Amino acid sequence: MPDERVGRRPPGRVEMPKQDPAERRRNFEEVALGLTAEQAAAEAARCLQCKDRPCVSGCPVGVPIPEFIRALREGDVAAAARLIKEKNNLPAICGRVCPQETQCEERCLWAKRGQPIAIGALERYVADWEAEAAGEGDRPGPGPEAAGERSSGGADPEPDSRHRARRETSAAAEPGLAGLAGDSPDLGAGAPAAGRGERPAVAVVGSGPAGLAAAADLARAGYRVTIFESLHAPGGVLRYGIPEFRLPKRILDREIRYVQSLGVRIETNVLVGRTVTLEELFQEGFEAVFIATGAGLPHFLGIPGEHLNGVYSANEFLTRINLMRAYLFPEYDTPIRVGRQVAVIGGGNVAMDAARTALRLGAEEVDVVYRRSRAEMPARREEIENAEEEGIQFHLLANPVEILGDEKGWVRGLVLQRMELGEPDERGRRRPVPVPGSEWTLEVETVVVAIGQGPNPLLVQSTPGLAATPQGQIIVQSGSAQTSLPGVFAGGDIVTGAATVILAMGAGKAAAAEIDRYLRAKKEASAGAG
Amino acid sequence: MYKILAKEELAPRIKKMWVEAPRVARQAKPGHFIIIRLHERGERIPLTIADMDPERGAIMMVFQEMGKTTEELGSYRVGDALADVLGPLGKIVPPRRVGTVLCVGGGVGVAPIYPRARELCQVGNRVVAVVGSRCKDLLIMQKEMEEACHEVHYCTDDGSFGHHGLVTDLLPQLIELERPAEVLAIGPVPMMRAVAQVTRQYNVPTIVSLNAMMVDGTGMCGACRVTVGGEVRFTCVDGPEFDGHQVDFAQLASRLRQFAEEERLALQRYHERKEGCQCQTNG
Ligand SMILES: Cc1cc2nc3c(=O)[nH]c(=O)nc-3n(C[C@H](O)[C@H](O)[C@H](O)COP(=O)(O)OP(=O)(O)OC[C@H]3O[C@@H](n4cnc5c(N)ncnc54)[C@H](O)[C@@H]3O)c2cc1C
Ligand SMILES: Cc1cc2nc3c(=O)[nH]c(=O)nc-3n(C[C@H](O)[C@H](O)[C@H](O)COP(=O)(O)OP(=O)(O)OC[C@H]3O[C@@H](n4cnc5c(N)ncnc54)[C@H](O)[C@@H]3O)c2cc1C
Ligand code: SF4
Ligand code: FES
Repeated sequence: MPDERVGRRPPGRVEMPKQDPAERRRNFEEVALGLTAEQAAAEAARCLQCKDRPCVSGCPVGVPIPEFIRALREGDVAAAARLIKEKNNLPAICGRVCPQETQCEERCLWAKRGQPIAIGALERYVADWEAEAAGEGDRPGPGPEAAGERSSGGADPEPDSRHRARRETSAAAEPGLAGLAGDSPDLGAGAPAAGRGERPAVAVVGSGPAGLAAAADLARAGYRVTIFESLHAPGGVLRYGIPEFRLPKRILDREIRYVQSLGVRIETNVLVGRTVTLEELFQEGFEAVFIATGAGLPHFLGIPGEHLNGVYSANEFLTRINLMRAYLFPEYDTPIRVGRQVAVIGGGNVAMDAARTALRLGAEEVDVVYRRSRAEMPARREEIENAEEEGIQFHLLANPVEILGDEKGWVRGLVLQRMELGEPDERGRRRPVPVPGSEWTLEVETVVVAIGQGPNPLLVQSTPGLAATPQGQIIVQSGSAQTSLPGVFAGGDIVTGAATVILAMGAGKAAAAEIDRYLRAKKEASAGAG
Repeated sequence: MYKILAKEELAPRIKKMWVEAPRVARQAKPGHFIIIRLHERGERIPLTIADMDPERGAIMMVFQEMGKTTEELGSYRVGDALADVLGPLGKIVPPRRVGTVLCVGGGVGVAPIYPRARELCQVGNRVVAVVGSRCKDLLIMQKEMEEACHEVHYCTDDGSFGHHGLVTDLLPQLIELERPAEVLAIGPVPMMRAVAQVTRQYNVPTIVSLNAMMVDGTGMCGACRVTVGGEVRFTCVDGPEFDGHQVDFAQLASRLRQFAEEERLALQRYHERKEGCQCQTNG
């Protein structure tokens, strides 16, 4: 009986140390500090090494959890890292941002006692240890900018002639950053392993977790991979959405350098559909394309006053701060203005990130406004707790009906309406219904709208024949990444709608495997025909 | 990096630059714009593609030094490079043959009007332009405009060249005379609003090109949202050209003032730094 086994060991889950809430609410440094070696060892020792691996069944990419924990227990952290990386290309990131509480840790045998093994914390420990060992630990990475290779406009249309040598060693083992920035000399020019005609070229559109994961696996399989990214720095939501205090950019930079070290080229400033069409990518010599453009289109409420000055979409707010570093204005040129009182509308991770960011930019009071109750909040539990500890106020069962402006066109208040939970909807969540006459006004100077994102329609609109749902999600064959166009695959948020980092990464990995099969079959077919 | 190939001062604080960006040059059409970022600390700003040379892989931009970023850009020299150029952006309506088109360009808005006027002419329209500026010295691209259009009328606020007054003074008589099928107006927000007011009275369809504030330019942030015909549109992907009779100009003007204080601060700080270190060369 598994439950008896649980009884044998003392519970006592090791909690990860965090920065003091009073301190951290005013700085952008990482909130969770990571486990010490002793803590990691103690936590690893609690694992029961269950034969039936319930934790693994909760992991969307099937990380061999008991196995890596055993390696950790035996003191072989390097082996633990290898085991994780078999399934997860981005462990330092997933260890920080995955909703483990609804995935692996929820299924952990110890969860029955409310003390699941801190799998996420251990994953993070292993990934950080590996980076540290490689001398990449806390040394500040290059700016996001250094990580990408600027589009020089695709001066040469042959992807292979610019292809970079694949390296046998992982970047993590390389102390320096040399050779990884765009214009470094070892790029493009006659890289030894880049023999022509060796393996086909594959284009990846979008450099979020789905794109990065697919690119890494394809490069490992020997393909010549170019990622095209519309922004000036790679990473997708990990770059422009998730704040520094939850995912330091140097961690992201490290993962991106690793992907580049596998031979993946990243060309920034290329908006596929505008800078180059999908069709032209095939003309440039790419034999397959993976679309991983995410769900980046911000939704607005459609209430009066939404265009007043001081109203931001969460995407604008977070992009200004994370990508453009407006929190360092005027050292950096991009401005942001945060009032003394800020309301953030929404109940997901995006809302928590926006609220906690507003606090760090000096807001005195930050209110999160959500129209359902706490139980329905889609944000990670840990992030809701962090937000509360930092002093964020929650207005639950409250629905915004109007944003009020002053005579100069700036926000001065948010009119809210009290809601009640009614009948469950099709997803089983009880539908909020307004209470008539219950309006009240919250005095705020800034409003951040974080009610969700949809897919950006630009690529679909500019690609004849690429089938999408009426909401703009790219349609793929069931259980596959194959779109309506031959050689074109898609995955991540652009297919599923806004989801999670690990699902996007898993979709990228699955697509890479499928693209590999597709290109092999194509080669065999053409060999057979010729 | 995107190298500056040529630079020219067209008028005080108005500069023209050719920049190397082969992918952009290959796709660019009149009406498209780019988002540039000067350097690692820079902000992303939109500029219209005023001309393109796909063979040389270069695009041209004409900009007015308005604040920190455009002023700093103005200090860049041939051989310097921009960190980022993204484009071509915006939705393009291909030029149609409609008869006569009246092109109204104000200030630096003449630059984006020019390639549009040229292509409108090429597809067989009669193109009449009205160009306005504060004074004679600030008139730009006169020769290009005269080559591209059948007729060019000038207005200056101070009467130093052409008509003494605003472009809208000339519109009623030109509309009566030319019976244009369409008006295209690009310039400062008050000018575009005033043009739309006049053409509404005459029922002439009017296209304006909006200069909303932008961040990404790809439809991802919503900073550039404008209200057109009661609906929310994103200038960067749904525009920048819209039906001038439907645009909520007051909202646009208000949103453009959103960061006025920060913009002032950034410029002031930039000037202080420049003065503080005279020896420093730019770029
Ligand atoms: C603020 C915020 C916080 C979040 N927090 C969490 C969390 O804690 N845990 C979690 O698991 N998930 C979280 N998520 C969700 C998670 O980040 C996403 O599900 C995930 O990033 C999706 O990955 P993706 O690769 O599909 O797309 P994205 O990460 O969105 O990347 C898509 C990339 O494609 C680029 N692109 C788009 N169109 C084009 C084009 N036409 N040409 C070229 N490039 C293009 C975009 O610029 C972008 O860089 C959060 C999301 C947000 C916004
Ligand atoms: C589609 C489009 C095409 C444009 N084409 C041209 C052009 O060809 N030539 C030209 O001179 N100008 C053009 N502009 C305007 C140009 O982008 C701004 O003048 C520039 O951003 C000012 O930056 P700054 O730092 O120098 O000045 P700031 O001090 O930042 O601002 C000065 C003024 O510019 C406006 N502005 C500030 N930031 C932005 C931003 N990110 N986007 C738009 N406007 C902003 C402000 O409202 C303010 O009125 C265009 C704008 C758009 C949206
Ligand atoms: S992590 Fe939990 S479920 Fe997985 S093997 Fe260890 S004790 Fe069992
Ligand atoms: S500039 Fe961000 S959506 Fe238009």
